[in-house]
Amino acid sequence: MEPDMHTLKEVNENQCQICMPLGAVIALKGIEGSMAVVHGSQGCSTYMRLSMVEHFNEPVDIASSSLNEKQTIYGGEENLRKGLDNVIRIYHPEVIGVVTTCMTETMGEDISRIIDTYLTDRKFSDVDIIPISTPSYSGTHTEGFWTALRDIIRFYAKPAAPYEKINIILPQVSPADTREMKRILESMGVPYILLPDTSLTLDRPFGKTYEKIPPGGTKREDISRMSGARATIQFGYNCPDALSPGAYLEEEFGVPLYNLPLPIGLQNMDLFIETLNSITHKPVPDAIMLERGWLCDAMADSHKYMAEVKPVIYGEPERVYSIGSLCIENGSFPVVIATGTGSPTFSKNITSLYPEGDFPVKLCEQTDFAVIENESFRMGANLAIGHSGGKILTERHDIPVVRVGYPIHDRVGGQRILTIGYSGTLSLLERITNAYLEQKYRTYRKQITSEYYEQRGIIHAET
Amino acid sequence: MEITCSQVSGGVLSPGLDERQNSIITTGISKNRIHCADDSVAGAVSQRACVFCGARVVLNPITDAAHLIHGPVGCASYTWDIRGSLSSGSEMYRNSFSTDLKERDVIFGGEKKLALCIDEIVEKYHPPAIFVYATCVVGIIGDDIIAVCKERSQKHRIDIIPVESSGFISGNKIVGYQAAGNALMRLITPKEGEVISKTKKINFLGEYNLGGEKWLIERYLKELGIEINVACTGDSTVHALKQIPGGFLNLVQCTGSMHYIARLLEETYGTPYIDVNFFGAYNTSESLRRIAQFYGDPSMIERAENLIERETARIKPAIEYYRSKLAGKRAAIYVGGAFKALAIIRQLKELDMEIVFCGTQTGKPEDYDEIHGMLKPGSVIADDTNPAEIERFLIEKKVDIMAGGVKERVLAHKLGVGFVDHNHDRKQCLAGFDGAITFAHEVYTTACSPVWNHIRKTPSWEASNGT
Repeated sequence: MEPDMHTLKEVNENQCQICMPLGAVIALKGIEGSMAVVHGSQGCSTYMRLSMVEHFNEPVDIASSSLNEKQTIYGGEENLRKGLDNVIRIYHPEVIGVVTTCMTETMGEDISRIIDTYLTDRKFSDVDIIPISTPSYSGTHTEGFWTALRDIIRFYAKPAAPYEKINIILPQVSPADTREMKRILESMGVPYILLPDTSLTLDRPFGKTYEKIPPGGTKREDISRMSGARATIQFGYNCPDALSPGAYLEEEFGVPLYNLPLPIGLQNMDLFIETLNSITHKPVPDAIMLERGWLCDAMADSHKYMAEVKPVIYGEPERVYSIGSLCIENGSFPVVIATGTGSPTFSKNITSLYPEGDFPVKLCEQTDFAVIENESFRMGANLAIGHSGGKILTERHDIPVVRVGYPIHDRVGGQRILTIGYSGTLSLLERITNAYLEQKYRTYRKQITSEYYEQRGIIHAET
Repeated sequence: MEITCSQVSGGVLSPGLDERQNSIITTGISKNRIHCADDSVAGAVSQRACVFCGARVVLNPITDAAHLIHGPVGCASYTWDIRGSLSSGSEMYRNSFSTDLKERDVIFGGEKKLALCIDEIVEKYHPPAIFVYATCVVGIIGDDIIAVCKERSQKHRIDIIPVESSGFISGNKIVGYQAAGNALMRLITPKEGEVISKTKKINFLGEYNLGGEKWLIERYLKELGIEINVACTGDSTVHALKQIPGGFLNLVQCTGSMHYIARLLEETYGTPYIDVNFFGAYNTSESLRRIAQFYGDPSMIERAENLIERETARIKPAIEYYRSKLAGKRAAIYVGGAFKALAIIRQLKELDMEIVFCGTQTGKPEDYDEIHGMLKPGSVIADDTNPAEIERFLIEKKVDIMAGGVKERVLAHKLGVGFVDHNHDRKQCLAGFDGAITFAHEVYTTACSPVWNHIRKTPSWEASNGT
């Protein structure tokens, strides 16, 4: 194993991560009745919209304070106030997240003060305005996502009466994964508050009416009761404590935290069900056991093929970790594991997934696609699992990509990619196996003919 | 088959913002000229982007240059390989380099890191040029990118060109096009003692070779007997761009992005320019005639007429077929530049369609006057519009299909309106006579798709329940 963490180079060539405010905006979209106002240049919000629109295939409205040169010099307060006025007038939101950018952070804009003054002047009582600080030079969209959730919880959390529900805190997953999580909890009969809930807001069904702010999302009343919940299950296994929303609820309000890996893979999903069972003592319903049985069956059917797969896995830490776990439990040992983000526990966690023995793997944190491409080639990866950035692996090295994560901008249905739970794992496992088989069956005749017949085979044999 | 937008809005359709009222006019009713090119209204959810975005899209297709974005990682990440520009050679331009500034760099300055990044790119790839784009933060902390580029350029003996594109300078991409123009002028200015001699070739400005469009037009021009010197910037190389001063004539296609540089080239090198537009059969024919007329060679004019006659006859049956399917359908257009809007209006009119809504991000007053003149009374024209307004007009005007970019596409689909992509990441050739058929086909496949009827139909059980 080569747990080499840092690539000694300055330039980032073909990015594996996106910027911090984007993560915050995605988190905000999981709050009911919410709008995001990005405090910065017009371009920031437009780029975020473009990125989200291409991935979710949904209209995504994000406002901007549209600062120009003058406000950059003299301060952006007036524009932010005007932006808030206009968003309230057009969208009637219940919650507004004001998200900073690298520019407004560098300018030193005090958004908490600006918001306080604004609210005092306007005397609004029905809209909550939450400041979220996301200077993009301090992290990636992953840190932005956790920061926003923590700030949102902090905004609403007050000492609350004990409450029988369980907090479920998700990392950045697809609306389909969010729906699957809710279905599992409901089939177990577990009462829960789930944050953030993008199941409808970023994947709304076609219907007769169009709302500017999509229906769905976590209700603010529910968020304010999270501090009194029985426990928090957070799928932030690699999330640093300083950013962890679950850790905040535990430290400030004593809500016990179970910080688990994203339930992709048999072991991770078992751990989640076991945890639910130990907290609530609810029995596991037959329907879930059936799904588990089908997954186990699929693992048996796939294992010989999976043993031939040498994956490169890249993307956000939570997803990468759990997909790594899925591959390893199926006998496929990833040769490159990479993330554009950094995390204090990531490499330790990944290393612990591998059994004793000599398994060649390159671990890369805070990395880019130049490194991922180079290492994939060097380590002989034959399949990639991750977002659309991996398309260069296909174009340049004929390595197929199983698309999961964010962003998926060159295929439809990014919002509906299912990976969690027993069923989601099964579908992901079979996608991985079949992507490998498609490549193998496309090339094996030619390869074997070339190796055994043409190069050193029968046509050259002495008679 | 009657297909119109059947959606209703969930709430009351937004009356819109007061600040926006002068930027929306109805033809035949509004007395005033449209208000445009202002800064976007804060909180209005403009579809516009920023200076950096404008500069990046203009320069990105230069195939063998490295594009280095100086700032935190986001701006590079959002613009990695975002254009559908094709290359006949190097694929260098499809990479996105970032100096990936961190907190430390923002505090202590990013110049040192920029210099190191340039060194690394040179060492790894030896590109003939590197474009260094300034982003917002760099503008605020005051990194002197001009000095760094100059110093590194001398060290490595290649062109390292600063692009002054800090996003906050303006939300209007036009300003970014100017930043790109200035960078291009810096690149092509002959070095001391260097002489670029004049040729009879043309420079094709504002042609980005999306879906191979430059190559198709090049075929037509070849038939006329004209060679393209270089396109700006589709399928261009650094070396080819440096031959721009030797051009006989500059064709300006994307006027929004290239009039600025065409004027600079006229002032500096005395090269005249004419406007052309190769979108749609009519525009293509007119442009070919204008070019031939400029050269003034009777045999060239004859060759142009022959080509136009032949190609027009060739595409006629297909266009007539699509016209029979599309006549009377109602269209909306929202695109970046006016040149594209005008071309789409003309093409939709050739298909006997009615344009009921049209807007652009960066149109100028004279552009809007021209658009105004092409639309029937009662149509809506809007500058720098937003999703709330688009939603309102798609519903109010009972639009069948919309032409625009990605952000408009998802909204149209949500409202059950057909959509035609005419954005810069498109994958097909929409120019010339071939493109005229492709465009009509694109409109047809969305306007006449069976999906709209299926997805709008109320299921029988709901219909019988009266819900």
